[in-house]
Amino acid sequence: MTFTTKALLVLLTLSTAACTRPDRFGGGVNDGAANGAGAGAGVTAPTGAADPSSPQFFAQTIGDRVLFEVDSATLTAAGQATLDGQAGWLQTNSDYLAIVEGHADEQGTREYNLALGARRANTVREYLISKGVPSNRMRTISYGKERPIEVCSEESCYAKNRRAVTIISVGALS
Amino acid sequence: MLKWVLSAVLAACLAAPAAAQDGPLRLTITDGVIEPLPFAVPGFQAETAGAEQLAADITRLVAQDLANTGLFREIPSSAFISQPASFGAPVAYADWRAINAQALIGGAVAVSGDQLVVKFRLYDVFAGTELGEGLQFAGTTQGWRRMAHKVADAAYSRITGEGGYFDSRVVFVSETGPKDARQKRLAIMDYDGANLQFLTDSAAIVLAPRFSPRGDRVLYTSYESGFPRINVLDVASVGKQQLTTAEGEMAFSPRFSRDGNQVIYSLANGGNTDLYRTDLASGAHTRLTSAPSIETAPSFSPDGSRIVFESDRSGTQQLYIMSANGGDAQRISFGEGRYGTPVWSPRGDLIAFTKQNAGRFHIGVMRTDGSEERLLTASFLDEGPTWSPNGRVLMFMRETQGAGGSSALYSVDISGRNLSAVPVQGAGSDPSWGPLQP
Repeated sequence: MTFTTKALLVLLTLSTAACTRPDRFGGGVNDGAANGAGAGAGVTAPTGAADPSSPQFFAQTIGDRVLFEVDSATLTAAGQATLDGQAGWLQTNSDYLAIVEGHADEQGTREYNLALGARRANTVREYLISKGVPSNRMRTISYGKERPIEVCSEESCYAKNRRAVTIISVGALS
Repeated sequence: MLKWVLSAVLAACLAAPAAAQDGPLRLTITDGVIEPLPFAVPGFQAETAGAEQLAADITRLVAQDLANTGLFREIPSSAFISQPASFGAPVAYADWRAINAQALIGGAVAVSGDQLVVKFRLYDVFAGTELGEGLQFAGTTQGWRRMAHKVADAAYSRITGEGGYFDSRVVFVSETGPKDARQKRLAIMDYDGANLQFLTDSAAIVLAPRFSPRGDRVLYTSYESGFPRINVLDVASVGKQQLTTAEGEMAFSPRFSRDGNQVIYSLANGGNTDLYRTDLASGAHTRLTSAPSIETAPSFSPDGSRIVFESDRSGTQQLYIMSANGGDAQRISFGEGRYGTPVWSPRGDLIAFTKQNAGRFHIGVMRTDGSEERLLTASFLDEGPTWSPNGRVLMFMRETQGAGGSSALYSVDISGRNLSAVPVQGAGSDPSWGPLQP
């Protein structure tokens, strides 16, 4: 089984757990309107946000995202603190895989923003590796400016869209 | 400022009658000020019963193609002193001179079953002579728009001495839905927005399509595998397959070489994006750049020997030119702000780009050495120019601001004049203008 195939399975798994990833594809509760949102309804992760080993806990309590400055892929101090928490969680919950999504705000050209998102996602991945998370449990993807979570054309929205989000997936490495 | 002259090709008329008053039919554009050339198109004659409607529609489309360039001005039929007696009958030049029609277009339409024949003649009114030979196009009635575009292309070409661009198509991304849940589908249409067809469904994000030089295939970035990958789509069959690229986490920003046999693209690995080339026949991959910076948005020169691309190796997005085989690159953009999405003109003389400066986006052009930069547009977000087949017009996307923002396609000519919205059904982005159709 190739890594690509497994990654696809991971994605499929993710797409059945929309409520655990409010960020992905722009909200997860918007009628699945965006490309690739899939049929996300019905299946939820087995445990709730109160369970420290649940993906919900990861997303809500640990913090699933870090934000970046304009046209930058450098981690902020706050971002590093969040990732320290992510690394600890991933080491404790070693059954989970992670996909790190890189995103950009709309102030940039499409293809450059894809590359910028890849750079952001990789910065997070490298940081998590440096904190002990095995590299083979993570994969990166960039959405560039294709998947904003905030829609206004002001810095208050842009700041939230310039992000890297760590998506936790129930899956096992074989 | 750029100065250029569109002069008529009048090979046949150079030995023209001494009676010609004002010399050959000529279009002059200077310093962005233009005097549109007045033309008259009496209704094309219906040569068969039942051809009247098509004759009228074709006449209107020919006039619209020409007038929409901003280079020509149609004289309304209410000003006409006389009508041509029949197609090819002697022209009453005095009647057309009197209303200052410099060009006169005559045509006739015949229909038999679903077969359509369109005939066309162009006259230089002040020279008192026909400009070029009469032309005849045959096809089906469903293809009437293409035949009208071909007539307009012939008229445009004979008057300006340049290739036309009306009988061409545009592939683009059709968009629906709000900003945070947008659906994107690949679509194709005539250059004027007619005959819209979808090429993909909206199951996966699709981005930035590019026509092959012959217009038979389209490259684009698709997320259908779950990750960004490059697809090649055959326009006629709408069959698609993933391009086997060099190994990387993400492949995007694909463009065909001018012979259509190679693809250059960006590959991201470990957060670093570089340019690669893949030969479609052999499957051989060549890495073209090896820098820790972002290298993307490549475009070949018309002779295929060089590539213009964008890189942030200096710290911000700027434009560079290198050999088609990679190696050292020369930076060509030095103005304020960031420069991206360079596209080499099919004429080879200019590079169009997106510029971002002081919170605004612009479409601009510069010479291939970076000189004579001119910004043609300004808005909240203008992006991604694509050249008309004759290198005279740029199409691009314009996105509006705010929560309700959406994308539309616009065109502007390279003098910065004639900015206009392309009448696309629904929202659209990422246009790629294909070649003139055979």
